[in-house]
Amino acid sequence: MNFLENLPLAAKKLILDAVEWVCNWLCAKTGIKLPDWAMPALLTLVSILIVIVTIIAVFMVMFALMSVFERKILARMQNRYGPNRVGFFRWRLCGLFQPVADGIKMLTKEDIVPRGADKIVHFLAPIAMVAPALVLPVILPYGRGMVPIELSTGILFFFAMGAGTELAVFMAGWSSNNKYSVMGAMRAIAQMISYELPLVMSAVVVALVAGTLSPNGIVEAQAGYSFGIIPKWFVLTPWGFVACLLFYIGALAESNRCPFDLPEGESELVAGHLTEYSGFKYAIFFMAEYVGMFAINGLLVTLFLGGYQSPLPFLEWIPSWCWFFGKLACVAFSMVWVRATLPRFRIDQMMQFAWKFMLPMSFAALIAAATWYYAGRGPAAWGISALIVGVPYLVLGRLCFTRRHAADNRRYLYSE
Amino acid sequence: MNLPGSGIIKGMAVTALNMIGSYFDRAHAKRLTTEQYPEERPTLVETSRSFPFLVFDGDPEAGIRCVACKICEKECPPQCIYIVQDKDANGKAIRRPRVFDIDISVCMGCQICVEVCPFESIRMDNIYEVSSYNRFAPLVLHKEQLLKSNAYYNQIHPTEAAETDARIEAARIKKAAAAKATAEKVAAAKAAAAKAAEEKAAAEKAAPEKPSQPEQNA
Repeated sequence: MNFLENLPLAAKKLILDAVEWVCNWLCAKTGIKLPDWAMPALLTLVSILIVIVTIIAVFMVMFALMSVFERKILARMQNRYGPNRVGFFRWRLCGLFQPVADGIKMLTKEDIVPRGADKIVHFLAPIAMVAPALVLPVILPYGRGMVPIELSTGILFFFAMGAGTELAVFMAGWSSNNKYSVMGAMRAIAQMISYELPLVMSAVVVALVAGTLSPNGIVEAQAGYSFGIIPKWFVLTPWGFVACLLFYIGALAESNRCPFDLPEGESELVAGHLTEYSGFKYAIFFMAEYVGMFAINGLLVTLFLGGYQSPLPFLEWIPSWCWFFGKLACVAFSMVWVRATLPRFRIDQMMQFAWKFMLPMSFAALIAAATWYYAGRGPAAWGISALIVGVPYLVLGRLCFTRRHAADNRRYLYSE
Repeated sequence: MNLPGSGIIKGMAVTALNMIGSYFDRAHAKRLTTEQYPEERPTLVETSRSFPFLVFDGDPEAGIRCVACKICEKECPPQCIYIVQDKDANGKAIRRPRVFDIDISVCMGCQICVEVCPFESIRMDNIYEVSSYNRFAPLVLHKEQLLKSNAYYNQIHPTEAAETDARIEAARIKKAAAAKATAEKVAAAKAAAAKAAEEKAAAEKAAPEKPSQPEQNA
């Protein structure tokens, strides 16, 4: 089974060997003598290209599949069929070719720029949106020894790049010269910056315990099984569970997905910052959103769900990259599930939730993790850290979510 | 005690059960109510109607009920009916349409033409697949397209058609009875006249010199 495990690396090596062989053959044939540094440089370049092409291809396929499966799952949860028509010639294939049709439609649509728009910024916004989204996946460990770029500060890099999308959203909203766009962009800024805090705090919790900012190191820290059967994933500890949920909610908010889709809010703002975008630019935004979502889900898997580690000892024969993508699919499915279940937040509730509940909870998780770390990771540590996150949860839950009876002293200014 | 967030778990359970149910529930057809249109077609209710058509009995040319009275043309609110009366070889107008067009892009399906028709000749159809790639010519239905048999009418609107048929039959019987009565009356009158003539002849024979009273009255 080592063959499957190493299949991606072996394929990469095969391509590199082939390139080297072809170069040597060409040199021998033409009699050109290459300088010593040329061959390693070329091979490095080719290996970078391989990584770029692979990441883009994999994430595009995942985006395409996600766009059709999201609609189908959502439909099933609402007792509908969902897209089941578009197929290949006369084979319907359960509508699996829907993304192809969507893509053709998107790319052939007219690209409209409003007359009053700031044309340069309007043009740059999709690019500023998609560039960070495509850079994010490079630091994730997809399997054993399969990190496109080994960064010792991978987590930091991820959040630094991820924050770039906020600027892009605001560029899109501001340059469109449309009040709905600006309102959507304002909401997006408020939401993304508010949720960035608990998101980063809950990632810090993991960095604290693992003692490293390298994604690969964090995954390695989650290797092994307690009692020989329960994996040592961080999500299975009290502080890790809380941090995982906080990270998940933050990820929902960062990728503008239901119930945090206020920036787009179809029923309130036409389409938020996307109102004035059509055709290819809209497709780019759409793609960036999904790739960003996959990236942040991948980080969630890396930080809390053990990355490429298998959940049970006797399942270790399944290649590690299968585990990573399986977990990623599960998290993506849960996001669709949440979207089908929860309605959109009201803006003040959304802000209240971020600042009054999630931020204190992430601090509590931090303290719990520190306690767990210094109390020896045993049953006692378990109990204490559970207490440290459990009590704030109950107290904050009571304080934040009990309905106040405001009806009595509510006054409508202009109705009297 | 209600834990904070327990409502979310309940909601998630509802959507999950619905998703699983949509695949495995025995009442599958009841859950997924979407009709897969081109393959599955709705069974139209009897009262469904779309556009008018012309009824004929037996032969499409000879059996056409329409007499080109143009009442429907005058009554049609969006004026989507166009009728030209037919003429025979001598140029004399006959009770039959030469042209009968309905523009279904204009028709609003109000059924007023059906209600005003004294000859039970225009009725509502229930076709609904009339889309075309051109929005002008294919949407104007001509007489040949509009003519449909009484059997078809009985098939799409059985109750209404039976009622119409009964009315036509009753009218026919009444007409036949009236004709018979008239014929009898005429026959009786003829017989009476003949009898009177006979009597007169007999009387003339009996008294040729005397001038007769009935002759003066006649």
